[in-house]
Amino acid sequence: MAHPQPEGRPLEPVEAHLAEQVRTAATDGHVLHIRGGSSKDGLGGTPRGMGLSTLGLNGIVDYDPAELVVTVRAGTPLADLQAELAAHGQMLPFEPPAWTGATVGGTVASGLSGPRRAFAGSVRDALLGVRLIDGRGQVLQFGGRVMKNVAGFDLFRLQAGAWGRLGVLLEVSFRVLPCPQREVTVALQMDADAAITHMNRLAGTPVPLSAAAWYGGLLQLRLSGSAAGVQAALPGVGGEPLDAVSAQRLWADCAAQPPGLAETASAAGSVPLWRLAVPAATRSLAAEGEAAIDWCGGLRWLRSHAPAEAVRALAASLGGHATAWQNNPARPAMHPLDPVRQALHRRLFATFDPDGVFDSGRFDADVAAMATPAA
Amino acid sequence: MHTQAPSRPHAAGQPPVDSAPLLAALAAALPADALLTRPEQLSPYECDGLSMYRQPPLAVALPHTAAQAQAVLRICHAHHTPVVPRGAGTGLAGGALPQADAVLLSLARLKRIVRIDPLARVAVVEPGVRNAAISEAVSVHGLYYAPDPSSQIACSIGGNVAENSGGVHCLKYGLTVHNVMGVRGFLADGTPVSIGGEAPDDSGLDLLALMMGSEGLLAVVTEVTVRLLPRPRHAQVVMAAFATVEDAGDAVAGIIGEGIIPAGLEMMDALATRAVEDFVHAGYPLDAGAILLAESDGTLEEVADEIARIESVCRRHGAVSLATSQSEAERLKLWAGRKAAFPAVGRITPDYYCMDGTIPKKRLSAVLRRIAELSQQHGLACANVFHAGDGNLHPLIFYDANQPGDVERAEAFGLDILRACVEAGGVITGEHGVGVEKLDAMCVQFVAPELATFHAVKAAFDPAGLLNPGKAVPTLHRCAEMGGMHVHGGKLLHPDLPRF
Repeated sequence: MAHPQPEGRPLEPVEAHLAEQVRTAATDGHVLHIRGGSSKDGLGGTPRGMGLSTLGLNGIVDYDPAELVVTVRAGTPLADLQAELAAHGQMLPFEPPAWTGATVGGTVASGLSGPRRAFAGSVRDALLGVRLIDGRGQVLQFGGRVMKNVAGFDLFRLQAGAWGRLGVLLEVSFRVLPCPQREVTVALQMDADAAITHMNRLAGTPVPLSAAAWYGGLLQLRLSGSAAGVQAALPGVGGEPLDAVSAQRLWADCAAQPPGLAETASAAGSVPLWRLAVPAATRSLAAEGEAAIDWCGGLRWLRSHAPAEAVRALAASLGGHATAWQNNPARPAMHPLDPVRQALHRRLFATFDPDGVFDSGRFDADVAAMATPAA
Repeated sequence: MHTQAPSRPHAAGQPPVDSAPLLAALAAALPADALLTRPEQLSPYECDGLSMYRQPPLAVALPHTAAQAQAVLRICHAHHTPVVPRGAGTGLAGGALPQADAVLLSLARLKRIVRIDPLARVAVVEPGVRNAAISEAVSVHGLYYAPDPSSQIACSIGGNVAENSGGVHCLKYGLTVHNVMGVRGFLADGTPVSIGGEAPDDSGLDLLALMMGSEGLLAVVTEVTVRLLPRPRHAQVVMAAFATVEDAGDAVAGIIGEGIIPAGLEMMDALATRAVEDFVHAGYPLDAGAILLAESDGTLEEVADEIARIESVCRRHGAVSLATSQSEAERLKLWAGRKAAFPAVGRITPDYYCMDGTIPKKRLSAVLRRIAELSQQHGLACANVFHAGDGNLHPLIFYDANQPGDVERAEAFGLDILRACVEAGGVITGEHGVGVEKLDAMCVQFVAPELATFHAVKAAFDPAGLLNPGKAVPTLHRCAEMGGMHVHGGKLLHPDLPRF
């Protein structure tokens, strides 16, 4: 059905045009597939619908480094934002994957965080506010541009990882952090189980850890902070310091998700890849096909021909969940929800998007699990 | 403190015509000591930390177990009876204010620490566990739970979840939302719900973030999984006095600009400083326009480095005096003043009304100037304490509840302050929550379609509208009535909605 022209927050012309497209789609019963830089194609469910580009929403709206807050339009290239922050000695705390073409909106919508996530928080932890267009074509603003805000439900954080299912992000505000004065990465040779114990033990001591990952038989630890603090902590951590270039490449590789993909893609590219989130101290899943560990044990990369139900049952039995990654054809791609949360999701979708304008299939956690085709 | 009856009564509901069947069903489901119905038993529950509003509930349920809490929800749902959840009752916005027609569900007796996993740095606790008790229980492992609201010796983790509580150290360590990994509990009809857990980033929408700060409107939480951090080995605080608030504000920007995230960064204006110094003799200079407390924590090396840089920034920005704690006793003494700010102000005014806006830090001087003007206009004094690192301002409005009209003037002054915060690009509540207290202020911050979305989200969790109804989100009607609705281009929002 048609919705009346909304009145509310002032709109920029490019926003008004997007809102018009959303209203038209609602009226015509069309589905829109929100697109930024298309860098995350291949993640999430198989999309359908007409493309709705956010690339016209470009630029930083407000940035005062002393506030530790940046407000930026959703279609802005992530690289542009990161360059501007770096020019002021600041950074996004969650170290997102910087895939070619990635936009700020897609970064929020996908909710993907990098290695610093275990120590400095995730995308949603850094999110302070959003402006969005809902499925009625209304522009809504939730949260704000300040650090502390408990007015209204945190509907802005709900957008992180929602894959655009609740609306078109127009503008987002992040909390940013100063870049550490010094970063040092050390590598220690050990097997996965030893690495899991070691990284978790260290994280329970006052060492300035900012990343802890394991793959290829090496535990990789990054220390970040003041030069004096990092220097003082190094002897207790042990291991061989990496040179700065190798260290930067290593963590960029981890942020790109999964680490080591480039080396293993040709050999293992046909083996379905899974991204498991599990409690940090969970045993090594090497026997199940574990290829890499990040987030101080909380994130596991698994290559396995096992049926999707088996991988999901494994993740669930450990208290976590499993997401089909990239070439993995399992559907739904996201870990299916229990019936109670599924019902809550459906009602939230109806709240933000009563006509299903944004039901592009990309977000498929609410879809009941299907039998997996034989591999 | 507030002693006066509400100047503008909250719509508190009427007692049901016949509550006997409901009470009989509750009595059958609960042990005898878990249901209070006599007036003298109900009176301790008639308000929370905002004592200006009072209302005895229909009954108080005090379950010992999650299963009993579920039974209360099921029975109340079957009897179409609202439920008001309550933690420790320390909230400052009336979020746990009872209704005459509602059962007050206290989670205070659910206070088991279910599990501590020192390796994974996680604790699973029941909602009635006090905030500080978590840190006490895990200190043997060198760990602690970081959010430290000022009421932490009394407030419970369940209440912290409901309010998304912060604390003095939240600039560096985050709010409740950053430190809770999962919750379990029940929807309004008693359906069990489990959100998040010990694994990062739940599948699907981030319902966990939605639960944080939802003021008991979406679900009743009976178990909370919290993240634990290694306790910093060392802490030192710098106390810097400045001639003006502007200088102190510039020093705050300078510290952040230096790439430092202090563990705590607090400011007080001259009036607050004098009240505090008279009370606790913390050693604050009385001639200062503002004082700043900046704390660093971490290893000895980290702290030494950061403190030296903070001192140098403060000097550069014209600090008229500077003192750095050289011992734990000195550190606590310097903090004692800031921590006693509210009681100190309570000594020099019969009553005070604490506001809770957040503003972009760079607007501090402008907002304080505006507050001074409003103070003149309303004829009431106001002292200011400020979580300077995160922009959270607590103006304390002086009034005398025994003076006719003072309560109304204090409320009007307070709403004007929150309006000024929104106009400065800020928000109406940084950490205390909306409750019943800031319903009108919500009309200033949000436009009608946003408020309607909040109501719809509430209905998605609680279609019958029985869980803490009337709190946190104002009705569109109320906003229209107070004239606070945003009007753009001369047209009211949602012309299809009735206006009264």
